[in-house]
This record gives sequence, structure tokens and C-alpha cells, in this order.
Amino acid sequence: MTDNVANGPMLAADGTSLKSSLNRALRRQKLRALMLIAPLLIFVLLTFVAPIVDMLFRSVENQIVSDTLPRTVASLKDWDEEGDTLPPPETYKALYEDIFVAKERKLHTRLGSRLNYELTGMSSLFRKTGRRVEDMGEVYQDQFEDLNPFWKDAENWNPVMGAPAWVTAQNAWTKASGRPQPAFVPNPAIADILPQTAAKFALFADFVQNEDNDNLSKTDPWAVVYSALYDDLSTGADISGYTGPGAQELQEAAAVVASFETVDFSAAMTKVDKDWSSLDVWQTLKVYSPDFTSGYFLNSIDMQKSVDGPEMRPENQQFYIRLFVRTLIMSLVITGSCILLGYPVGFILANLPSKTANLLMILVLLPFWTSLLVRTSAWKVMLQQQGVVNDTLVWLGLVADDSRLALINNSTGTVIAMTHILLPFMILPLYSVMKTIPVSYVRAAKSLGATNWTAFWRVYFPQSVPGIGAGSILVFILSIGYYITPEIVGGTSGSFISNQIAYHISSSLNWGLAAALGAILLVVVMGLYWAYDRIVGIDNVKLGG
Amino acid sequence: MKLTKTLLTTTALTVAAGMVSADGHMASEMTIVSWGGAYSNSQQQAYHNPYMEKTGVTIINDESSAEAVAKLRAMNEAGNVTWDVVDVVAADALRLCDEGLAMEIDPDTMLAPAPDGTPASEDFGDLLVGDCFIPQIVYSTTFGYRTDLVGDTPPTSVCAVFDLEAYPGKRALEKRPINNMEWALLCDGVAKADVYDVLETEEGQQQALDKLATIKDSVIWWSAGADTPQLLADGEIVMGSTYNGRLFAVIEEQNQPVAMLWDAQVFDLDGWIIPTGLTPERQARALDYIMFATDTQRLADQAKYISYGPARLSSAPLVGKHAELGIEMAPHMPTDPENAKNTFLYNYEFWADYRDDIDAKFQAWLAQ
Repeated sequence: MTDNVANGPMLAADGTSLKSSLNRALRRQKLRALMLIAPLLIFVLLTFVAPIVDMLFRSVENQIVSDTLPRTVASLKDWDEEGDTLPPPETYKALYEDIFVAKERKLHTRLGSRLNYELTGMSSLFRKTGRRVEDMGEVYQDQFEDLNPFWKDAENWNPVMGAPAWVTAQNAWTKASGRPQPAFVPNPAIADILPQTAAKFALFADFVQNEDNDNLSKTDPWAVVYSALYDDLSTGADISGYTGPGAQELQEAAAVVASFETVDFSAAMTKVDKDWSSLDVWQTLKVYSPDFTSGYFLNSIDMQKSVDGPEMRPENQQFYIRLFVRTLIMSLVITGSCILLGYPVGFILANLPSKTANLLMILVLLPFWTSLLVRTSAWKVMLQQQGVVNDTLVWLGLVADDSRLALINNSTGTVIAMTHILLPFMILPLYSVMKTIPVSYVRAAKSLGATNWTAFWRVYFPQSVPGIGAGSILVFILSIGYYITPEIVGGTSGSFISNQIAYHISSSLNWGLAAALGAILLVVVMGLYWAYDRIVGIDNVKLGG
Repeated sequence: MKLTKTLLTTTALTVAAGMVSADGHMASEMTIVSWGGAYSNSQQQAYHNPYMEKTGVTIINDESSAEAVAKLRAMNEAGNVTWDVVDVVAADALRLCDEGLAMEIDPDTMLAPAPDGTPASEDFGDLLVGDCFIPQIVYSTTFGYRTDLVGDTPPTSVCAVFDLEAYPGKRALEKRPINNMEWALLCDGVAKADVYDVLETEEGQQQALDKLATIKDSVIWWSAGADTPQLLADGEIVMGSTYNGRLFAVIEEQNQPVAMLWDAQVFDLDGWIIPTGLTPERQARALDYIMFATDTQRLADQAKYISYGPARLSSAPLVGKHAELGIEMAPHMPTDPENAKNTFLYNYEFWADYRDDIDAKFQAWLAQ
């Protein structure tokens, strides 16, 4: 045997090395185990982890700005947002083109709502601009069409802008045929000479064919195509070498284009809304132009992005940190009161004969089986000023009729109702741990001379701590994310961070902010769990046995 | 075996049912989303039942209007819109339209003209807010008070809400800045015409919050329209704001000692939108339903069941008596001249812009 080890690897019966043979056997076992849990694993990944990750990703996502205003964002790259000058005219022109296209695709108002979270007035600024943007560049369109009616007709544009083979296919196509419209292919000669026009026309063609599902041969080009054509021609596009369709008309236009009336887009934009001449608007656009933003996270800790980097929000808008702290403190209070109320109950249940204990256990479980909403609404009836508790107190003469206690719509209400609702989560682990503590230990302590208190405190209590630990973690983590009970009985001073998350999800529609708040909550809970593990040790937590 | 057979048969039947739709090109089933409660009931009686009778379509009710915008956005992102017609307030319709989640409506071709031939665009008039919204009713947010808790001088002005000396006790206000800020400024000496100019400024917003701060400790903030009626019935509050139809139910149907304080009521609109992203069959069905449900007679019929004013001018003369109580409905309408002496119209444009900003300040103020 020893020879074998010294001379070479230990071999299994089939001649392979024992190590790899063992590994193979183990791997097969592991694989089988994995296959057994695979359905659950895949289910959890698909229905739980993936949506959460997707939702949390929204807290940094900001592509909407660069997707909707690609040219403006590119043009703003060189603009110094810390200076006090407005962006150059080219940026305004880029903005005109972007909003024109966005308006056709009905995306501009969506961007307006997004930016309105950062700067008041963006919503109506984009809506208003979208409504007027169509008229803005028409000056060029009119001049081209006045010059030569050739430019009026969609059918004349296609042969100029499209590759010959595509034009033939497009002309042969009819909507009634039921076949898909042949996708637009640009004319390479024109794309070289008139790059901007070709780019705008490609956008237009893509929109008409794929989003509007209209016949490209029957749809007149957008005004931006005309203004792009003006730009190309006026910046000296060399069309002398071009001989394809429309060459004559292009040359005619190139000859006179210098005398065309021009549009000052910065003046035109400012005329639509004076906010376009406001530095604030442009700074916000620039600060929020990257694809990913820390803005939502800053917002959820009462800060905001500005041109000088992150800064605190004004005093009268700060409250998320306070809300986080309040949520933590109230969850601790609720956990504490659950321990105080649950411990004696668990103790009695564990020490009664099992027949009586089972009966009492049903009393603990019965409310647990009742709908959460019903229990919370019942507390409303109990706690309100004209409610059962106050009526009883007044009847007993403990409280004057005109100074009834405020027990609801404040933090007191939240603590009372949530303690009641979460109590079973404390009692059950306590009970199952206490059940396993042998009675003989306390008896032994007493027989050795301990008083009742010492026997309890030195012998019994330490053994029940794992139950307290388990119950506390359950109650604390459940309560920190509670939503419905604080919403109904909490009023303003008893509401939690989860109520704000719900508000941003369903009312204000600021999903980015809701995701950021949720991510912070998740990290805080995991951090506390980690701290708990370090201090108490998660091995000391027992749910039973 | 048996199970497989059953499954196969069911599938075959479902497919067959799907193919043989009512009119060949329209869906035979539709999901209509509304607010639930008495309001949905009034729609069921006035719109759904006659429509189902006429066409044989099955209408499924969903009571999700309160979260309609968020849910529609989620459905749209998932690429599976399951709703056909959605009842929302005008402000939400504007947002849905802005986000491209609601279909644009041409009133003159898609809605029925008035019986005398007036095109729908004129019949609805100014109430056609935005491009996607088909108004249905005019409702108002206003105050109700306990007649037995206000002493000998019942309140006649909205400023009674801010008068803790004359009317001690709790009040219920909605947990959002809209309407509350306007009322606060109005009672702080700002002229009605200047309210929104003042509210645009930082100082104006602070002024409104300061005014609200004078009664903050006596306010119960509500977020569901049913809260205030409940609180009034329990005697928890002296007065509170809510939708006028809810107060009508408390006063006339439940006979509680409650009265209306119409002063400075804020008009708002509720109506339909059709989501984008429907299949052509479902869209055709939805449009057909809308055409039917928003004609002059149908809108007037709804007022038999709930005290909200029909959105068409031509419907007003047709408003009759309550279907069960038999009382005249006209005096209970927010638009009745006696009730509408001092009114506000919800300023959609202003709140679309300032909502995020003022909301943030309002929420921070509440938490302080």
C-alpha cells in the first residue's frame, strides 16, 4: 500500500485515478441534486430574482435622454455648462431635429415627464415645443417647393434618395398586395454628396415604413429633410459630378440656395417658450444626458445633481433620510414590543399541558389566518377617537370626553396595529425553542439553591435567546418593508419608506426614484442582517428543535 | 387520459369561440377598467348592460382605475395590454397620452354627434382635455360637514376649514397638494384669479404650506375617496373634502347628519381612454363601445345612478330622477347654478408641470 502511494496515484478498480473517479461520482451526485432543485431554482430566478434585478436597474438607467435627443446630446458635449452662455446655434438646430423626430414618434412628452422630475416646467416645455415644432422648419420646405414643384412630390424624392433596385421594388409594391413593404435602401451616390439629407431621409423612411406602416411612395418627407437639404447645399455640397435622378433639380437648387431665407432656430425655439433661453433648462439637459445617472440615488438621500456636482436639496424638500431613520426606529420599537408581549405567551404555551397549549395556540394562529386588511381595518374601529378604546376609557372616567386620545393616524397607531399583526411571527419561534428546553434544568438550578428569578434568568432565559433572535429577525425584516398597515393607520407621522416607494410606483410614476429607494432599503436590511450575524451569530438563531 | 381529453376539448372550444367573434372583425369580449363601488355600478346600469344586450359582447369589469397609469405602463413594457377601455381622471389621461400609452381620439369621427346633429367636439366643448381623453362626467372635490357638530352657524365658505376657533375638531384633506394648496391661498387672502400665479413662486408655495400648517395638527389626510364619508359617518371629523358623489351617498342614501359645502368646489373630469397596442379587433370593439357609451342619452342615463354631471351639453336637459330614491338629481349636480356660485376648474397644465416639484415639498412638509 505504502509503495503504491509513493510510486504513483492511487488507482480505482477500473484503472483510473481514485481522485478523479471519486470526483466523477460526486459530480454526478451534485448534478442530480441540482436537477432536483432545478425547477424551483429556475422558477425563483425567472419570477423573483430577474424582475427585482430589472426593477433595481431602473435606479441608474437614463438612456431616454440620449435616445430621444441623440443629436442634441452629442452637440452639448462641447458646451461648457458651468459658464453663463447658452449653447451655440448648432445645438438649437440639433434640438429642432431631435424634437421633430421625437414628436413624430410621440416620444417627446415622455422625455418631458422624465425631465420634469428634475426641473419643474420641462413637461409643458416639451409638450408645447412638440406642438409647434412642425411649423418651424417649414420655411425651407416652402422655398424648395416654390423653386420647383418637383420637391413637393413624394414620388420624386424616392428615386433621388433610394438605391435604383429598391425604387423599382417600391414602385411595384402596393399595400393591397399584403406583402411587406421593401425596406428602404439609400442611394450611395447621394449619401456621399448629401450626407445630412440622406441621414434624415433614412430616419423618415424607417418611421413611415416600420412605425406608421404607410406607403413610402405616397408620404411627403418631413420638414427636417428639407432643412437638411438646405444645410448640405448651402455648405457647398459638390453635386456637379452627380448624374442620377433629380440631378437637374439639385443643381438648380444649389445655384440659388445662398439666397434662401434662413431660420434662426435658437430664436424660433425661444419664441415657442422663453425657457429655451434659460440656462437652467440646458444645464439640466446636460447633467442628465449620460446613459446612466446617479440622480435617483442622490435624490433618495435628499441630494441632487447640479453642474457643480452633488449637493444637498433645499431644506424644505429633504425628508427621505428622516423617513429611513423613522422606518428603522419604528421597526425596532415594533420588534421590541413583540418580544415583550410574545415572550410570556410563548413561555406559557411551552409549559402548559399540550392539550391546553394546543387550544391556546389556535388563539394565536386564528388572527394569523385572518386577512391582513380586515385586521388593520378592525384596528381603525378600535382606535379612532370615537372608537371602542376611547369610548371605554371615557366611560371609565379615565379620559375626559373632550380630550380623547389620538391613537390612530400617527405612529402610535402603526406600532399598535403592526405589533398585533406581527406577533405570531415572534410567538411561534419562541414557542418552538422553549418547547425544547428541558424542565429538569430549571429544577436542577432550584435544587441547587437558586431563587425563581435566578433560575429563570441564569438558566432558562439564555437557552431561549435563539428563539428571540429568530423572532426578532423575522419581525424586524417584515416590518421594515411593511406597506399596507402604515398606509391605513399611520397617518403622516406613522408612514414608512415603503409607502413612499408605493407612491412613486403608482402615483408619481417616478420609477427610477422608487427603484433607488428600494435598492437602498434592500442594502440596509442586508447590512443589518450582516451586523446581526457578526454580533449574535446566525447559528444562534433557531426556528425550532 | 380523461384530463387530456377535457383539455383538448376546452382548447378547441376556446379557439373556435375566438374565431367566431360577434361581428366578424370585432372582439367578443372586452375588459373595462373603472373605479368600483357606486360609480362602477352606475356605469354597469347605464352603459354596460345596454351594450351587452345590444351586441352580445361579454364585458369584464376590473376595478383598477386608481393605479391605471402605473399598470398600463407596466403592461405596455411587457407588451401585453389586457385592458380595452379604461376610466381615468383627466390628469391621468393627459399623462397616458404624453407617455404614448393612450390612443388619440378624433371626437368628430369617433364619437356620436348630439341628437340635433351638433358634432361631438362642440357638444363636449372645453371638456375635451388633451388628445386622448373622452370625457364622461364632471365631478367636483368639495367639502361635507357634520350638521350636528358645527353649532348654530353652519359654514358657508371654504375658509371654515381653516377656522379652528369657530369650527373646532378634526378635518379630512386629501394627502396631496392639488386642491389643498389652492384653498389655502384662497383663504390666505389671495384673489381667485391670482392663485396659480402665486403658486408658481417659491414664496407662494411656502405661503400655502404655512396656511395649511395652521391646521396641520387637526387634519386627517386621506388617500381613498371612501375615507372622508366614513370619517364623517363615524363623527371622527367635523368636515372633510371628498368627491361630491360620495357625499351624496352619505347624505341621501345613508341619511347621515351631513351637509354639502359647495363653496370653492374644484371641478374635475373623469372619462375614458383606449390603450395603445390593442389588436385591430379589440380596438374596433373598444371604439364601438365608446361611440355607444358616450352618446347623449347614455351620459344622461348615468346621472340616474350617481350625482355626477354628464360631460355633454346636450345631456344636461335629459337628467331626471334618481333610479331608486326617486329624487330630482339636478340640484345635486356640481354644475347646478345654485351649487356652482364659486368654483375652480382643475388646472391641468399647471399641475402637469408643478406636480413633481410641489409634491416633493408637500411630502417633506407632511413628514416634518
